[in-house]
Amino acid sequence: MASIVIDRVRKSYADVAVLHDVDLTIDDGEFIVLVGPSGCGKSTLLRMIAGLDDVTEGEIRIAGRPVGHLSPKDRDIAMVFQSYALYPHMSVRDNMSYGLKLRRTPKEKIASAVSGAARTLGLDALLDRRPKALSGGQRQRVAMGRATVRSPKAFLFDEPLSNLDARLREQMRSEIKRLHGQLKATSVYVTHDQIEAMTLADRIVALQGGRVQQVGTPLELYHTPANLFVAGFMGSPGMNFLSATYLAEGDGKAVMLPDGTRLALAGRPPLATGTRVTIGVRPEHVAIASGGDGLAVTVDLVEPTGLGFILHLRLHDLPFKIFRQGDTSGVDRPQVRVVLPAARLHLFDGDGRRVALA
Amino acid sequence: MTASARRLKGGLRAAALSLYLAFALFPLFWLLKVSVTPNILLYSEGIRMWPSRMTLDHYAYVLTHSQFPVFFRNSSIVAGGTAVCVTLLAALAGYAMSRFRFRGKAVIVVLMLITQMFPLAMLVAPIFRMMASVGLTNNLLGLVVVYTAFNVPFATFLMQSFFDGIPKDLEEAAMIDGATRFVAFRHIVLPLTLPGIAATLGFVFTAAWSELLFALMLISDNQVSTFPVGLLTFVSKFSVDFGQMMAAAVMALVPAGFFFLLIQRYLVQGLTAGAVKG
Amino acid sequence: MTASLLAHGGPRKPPLRLFQRVEPYLYTAPSLVLIVALILVPLALGVSYAFQDVQLLDPLSGGYVGLDHFRDMAGDKAFRGALANTLWWTAASVVLQFLLGLVLALLLDKPFRGRGLVQALVFLPWAVPSFLVGLNWAWLFNPVVGPIPGWLTALGLMSAPTNILSDPALAMWGPIAANVWGGIPFFAITLLAALQSIPRDLYDAAAIDGASALQRFWSITVPFLAPTVVTTVLLRTIWIANFADLIVVMTNGGPADHTQILSSYIFTVAFKQLDFGYASAVALVLLALLSLYTLSILMLRRLVLKDHR
Ligand SMILES: Nc1ncnc2c1ncn2[C@@H]1O[C@H](COP(=O)(O)OP(=O)(O)OP(=O)(O)O)[C@@H](O)[C@H]1O
Ligand SMILES: [Mg+2]
Repeated sequence: MASIVIDRVRKSYADVAVLHDVDLTIDDGEFIVLVGPSGCGKSTLLRMIAGLDDVTEGEIRIAGRPVGHLSPKDRDIAMVFQSYALYPHMSVRDNMSYGLKLRRTPKEKIASAVSGAARTLGLDALLDRRPKALSGGQRQRVAMGRATVRSPKAFLFDEPLSNLDARLREQMRSEIKRLHGQLKATSVYVTHDQIEAMTLADRIVALQGGRVQQVGTPLELYHTPANLFVAGFMGSPGMNFLSATYLAEGDGKAVMLPDGTRLALAGRPPLATGTRVTIGVRPEHVAIASGGDGLAVTVDLVEPTGLGFILHLRLHDLPFKIFRQGDTSGVDRPQVRVVLPAARLHLFDGDGRRVALA
Repeated sequence: MTASARRLKGGLRAAALSLYLAFALFPLFWLLKVSVTPNILLYSEGIRMWPSRMTLDHYAYVLTHSQFPVFFRNSSIVAGGTAVCVTLLAALAGYAMSRFRFRGKAVIVVLMLITQMFPLAMLVAPIFRMMASVGLTNNLLGLVVVYTAFNVPFATFLMQSFFDGIPKDLEEAAMIDGATRFVAFRHIVLPLTLPGIAATLGFVFTAAWSELLFALMLISDNQVSTFPVGLLTFVSKFSVDFGQMMAAAVMALVPAGFFFLLIQRYLVQGLTAGAVKG
Repeated sequence: MTASLLAHGGPRKPPLRLFQRVEPYLYTAPSLVLIVALILVPLALGVSYAFQDVQLLDPLSGGYVGLDHFRDMAGDKAFRGALANTLWWTAASVVLQFLLGLVLALLLDKPFRGRGLVQALVFLPWAVPSFLVGLNWAWLFNPVVGPIPGWLTALGLMSAPTNILSDPALAMWGPIAANVWGGIPFFAITLLAALQSIPRDLYDAAAIDGASALQRFWSITVPFLAPTVVTTVLLRTIWIANFADLIVVMTNGGPADHTQILSSYIFTVAFKQLDFGYASAVALVLLALLSLYTLSILMLRRLVLKDHR
């Protein structure tokens, strides 16, 4: 087990820069989740930690030791691939023991490590099968088992659950969480799935265009997204955005929407009056007004989700979403009035950066 | 579609396929037939579909009284040697083409494609002079060298396509598990490519076994003749011993048929690698 | 952070990296050396021979003769005959191989009982070495041991059972027949692979939309097959134009050069007349013709593709 330090790492393929100055310190035993849109460089970062790709500039240290000159086999890490990458010509047992055999571990030790991992993952009955004769979920478990038997310094996961159906994914997610609770191994986990990120991570790293946008606990990212990208990326359905103008007169706690409507803010931003800003509010934080106050919006579409419903609206002809628990009674009208609670509004400046309210 | 229309269509297909089968197999059948026909019946019975009496005398004669066993041995050495050399070289090069991105790769591809396109007849004269100058005419090693060079490009494309079929993830997983690239190749890639390697061996063996023109040019001594050269010489010398010639031809077919069975599943891959693979 | 970076920053590119860098070259080098030494160097030599007087048995030969060989060609009747025969041989072989191969591929496309066996048997001619294909067909055409002259006579196509290989007017059909026999599998195999890569859903969707079998063939099969057809026909044409084995084995260019094609003529000039210079000049002409052909096909293809967009 070890800490991983990523120190001003850059990566380019020929002339194309894929990662720019990534700085990240992962503590011993921490579970880090990397999120970001497709092509933002998540896999590249993971592969550089593993030693599968070269670092163009900067340095990666595992347990305080620079690993730039080490090939993957000498880094003592394990990786779970999206495709699982099980060796098709080896039995489950051989797949799991391959790494130990290469390290010349004594036979008895291999046997006990493999049977231990197999027991934890419920693979006992499958040890002599070939990967071809396994279901997707079972293959996934074998991949996990192969990674854990070696008790490596760190685990890397590249979208390990994305080939499973929703039910299995949920199940494996909690198993990974439990496994991490037991092993306490440093882990870096790449995913597209919001819920995986929120539930598994000690800290989430949001990447975009090869740059780290924000690093923080799941709740930090949810409640105080550092910029428009993180605000829009985290949470489902995604945050609503409205463009507005800041009004400094009076108590300085208001913005004006393009149609002249004034919205109250919870505090004073350090901005000049007339600054163009973007207001963000999460669908689950929008209130539906009972009386005559609030903004009038047209209902476009109602999507029941069972737990509640998503209301697709049009506000100044822009799409706007509300999520509410419960049933749809009371909103089955062509028009509703909504209230944007001041305490729930996020303010972003012209560059998309979060503006703190005093 | 009505049932009778469907039956008619099925019948037409069966008839057409039977014609194709007859066309494909008849010449080979005829070869076999003449090879077992006693000489006296060959002329008296004319073009009967099967002789009234069979004999294996022609085979016995060819095996004991002719140089065909020598030709057979020479061809086996040349084709086997070429197949092994080419497969080794092509596996190395194909692996590099499949797994690495490197400067000059496109140049190599173009170079190898060109070698598949221009008339080999262009090389007839220069190669003869080159081989003569280093004493490799009338020499089986000389043939192996020339055949290896001619077959390496296509075999490289073929091996590359087999390596491409093995996910890179597997190798990377092995490297993370603690293997060097070479160990990962030996433990993971090689076992999974074995069928492909066998197919490549088969393709190259068949090609080298059949080659005629360069062998005719580089070999004049009967002791080192390959089968095609020997058979052709035999035909022009004893052109009336049809039974014996066809017996020899049938025997020359055996290895080709054997390798055909071996590579049957890979025909498509082989033909596209030889032709269009870039 | 900066301090630690400096402290650990020592040797940035250790030897391991150097090996990684040269690795692909190490693996490709043996093949490349062989290709350069035995294909590219002879190719360059061959081109230079075309402008030299190279006679194998004449030690005094070797001087540059400029374009003499090409001037000789203009007056060489055998060369002109071979040029025409090359066109004839190539066109007839490609067209017949392609059409018969296409029909075979279509027949084999739909599954039926015993398809594997039928496929193996109809593709068998592909595996027969070309010198055996040549001998086999030469014997089939031989009136003494072969059935074909007898059949042709019985059908009234021939007045008496004679060998067409010794008839100047018909001889070319012998090697062509043998070539078609051996070449059908090539087209059938490649076209069958292309046919089977067409998504079945497309046919179902078209059938639901009300397209007849013929309409489905024209609107789905043909466009999907077209790229494969263009490439395979192009490459096959080049291959067949260069393919001299059958002619050398069956007729050796005879009777009286009536079946000589350029590639077999090159061979004859080099090894019967031992005139390497002239043979190389003829080879250069063949190379030029094939390059011209390839270029025009590629340009045609680009034109057609542009129209489709
Ligand atoms: N070998 C390569 N050569 C050139 N560019 C590459 C190479 N590998 C990756 N890239 C580029 O690097 C960028 C980052 O790729 P990466 O695989 O890390 O994305 P990702 O965040 O994992 O995306 P996804 O979520 O789709 O898996 C992409 O734009 C990709 O096109
Ligand atoms: Mg990825």
